[in-house]
Amino acid sequence: MIELGKYAIPVLAAYAVSAVLIAGLILQSLAANARARRDLDRQEQRDG
Amino acid sequence: MIALFARDIRLATRAGGGFGLGLGFFLILCTLVPFGVGPSGATLALIAPGILWVGALLACLLSLDRIFALDHEDGSLDLLATAPIPLEGVVVIKAAAHWITTGLPLVVAAPIFGLLLHLPAIAMPWLVAALLIGTPALSLLGAFGAALTVGLRRGGLLLSLLVLPLYIPTLLFGAEVVRRGMVDAAPLTPLAFLGAITLLSCALVPFAGAAVLRVNLR
Amino acid sequence: MSIWEYANPVKFMRLSGRVLPWVAIGAAICIASGLVWGFLTPPDYKQGATVKIIFLHVPAAMMAINIWAMMLVASLIWLIRRHHVSALAAKAAAPVGAVMTLIALITGAIWGQPMWGTWWEWDPRLTSVLILFLFYLGYIALWSAIDDADTAADLTGWLCIVGSIFAFLSRYAVLFWNQGLHQGASLSLAPGERMSAVYRYPLYLSMLGFGLLFLALVLVRTRTEIRRRRLAALIAREVRA
Repeated sequence: MIELGKYAIPVLAAYAVSAVLIAGLILQSLAANARARRDLDRQEQRDG
Repeated sequence: MIALFARDIRLATRAGGGFGLGLGFFLILCTLVPFGVGPSGATLALIAPGILWVGALLACLLSLDRIFALDHEDGSLDLLATAPIPLEGVVVIKAAAHWITTGLPLVVAAPIFGLLLHLPAIAMPWLVAALLIGTPALSLLGAFGAALTVGLRRGGLLLSLLVLPLYIPTLLFGAEVVRRGMVDAAPLTPLAFLGAITLLSCALVPFAGAAVLRVNLR
Repeated sequence: MSIWEYANPVKFMRLSGRVLPWVAIGAAICIASGLVWGFLTPPDYKQGATVKIIFLHVPAAMMAINIWAMMLVASLIWLIRRHHVSALAAKAAAPVGAVMTLIALITGAIWGQPMWGTWWEWDPRLTSVLILFLFYLGYIALWSAIDDADTAADLTGWLCIVGSIFAFLSRYAVLFWNQGLHQGASLSLAPGERMSAVYRYPLYLSMLGFGLLFLALVLVRTRTEIRRRRLAALIAREVRA
């Protein structure tokens, strides 16, 4: 294990917060994209 | 153009037009602050430049949505857009009328509010000078923000989110003039920067504001 | 063959669909290896292990500024050449930029607490990043407040231009107002200020990864916006028919 010394909490906290924010952004982008694709497909099928 | 200017001033001074409301808001703010931070004169003098400038910002913000909203509702903005004067001129006139009705009263009354907040006498001329030079920028930038949000139903809160960040340089230099004026430490330097920002706004806002208005009137 | 061909939404969709997986994989590899490498670096003699935060903080701060610059360029392209993809790319980039700014602010605060003894300091660099965050918020709010897509694109484009000028002004105005506590540029090439190679190379890798991540996210989000626009157009046609 890497030695973080007395600063383990700030370092891990910084990485954790960043990971959560980036993961949230990625998931939101993918979910919105999937929803847009689904809605568009449905509409295009209906139009024939 | 002069007719439009006179019309705007007349509308603003008529009952319910909002003239003097800014002053009243300013007075309330200067009364409330001592309740918040305590009556100690030294503390008040320390924060007076900031309070007075933030107050000027907020008082200006309160009346911004009136610049174009009323004219947009009754359709006179569409008439103005087809009038022979360029829309850029309309933006300038509207901003000027806004400044006369909210900025200028603040400039004139500022020494009284300064007294309420124990601002030292030596800083008074600097306060007036800074407000005189800085507030036109507030009205101009506000006119741009008002032009952006003119078509929106609940634009008020959005307007403050859009306009207040634009006010940061003005606030910063304006408060710095007064703070330096209190200790007599070369307040002319930030005053010159303040003037530069106002001139930049004069050069930029009419065109940006008119472009935005055209989009909104499409 | 010119770059403007990709302003055509169909071509943009085809190309971006092909490129996207590779960009995403590249971003994942660069960020993962950059951060792992960064984690394996020895502690700094002054900062101890907190130096590892730099591999997040510097790339995020760099992206915060560069994304705004990209939005400015995209807005100008939209206002001058009326390419819809450009306006949609600016819209797609804004939330990514806001999150990057937030990461820069939060990691900076977490680093500042043990190092400077304070979470926040009204230092010019910190303050101007906070101001940039406010500009992002206003920009996003204006996009979401307007229903008509082209009007929204025009108005936010103008806001971006005026906002850029005043964000830039604020950046230098705050220098006048307070002396700095923040270090100079992390990637300064001046001798004596330059960071040790031990930290520099993983930092480069992480920055590249953040850049690729941004590219991947903007592509995904722009594709989302294009699909939404097409859907809205289809529905409008149906209503009219």
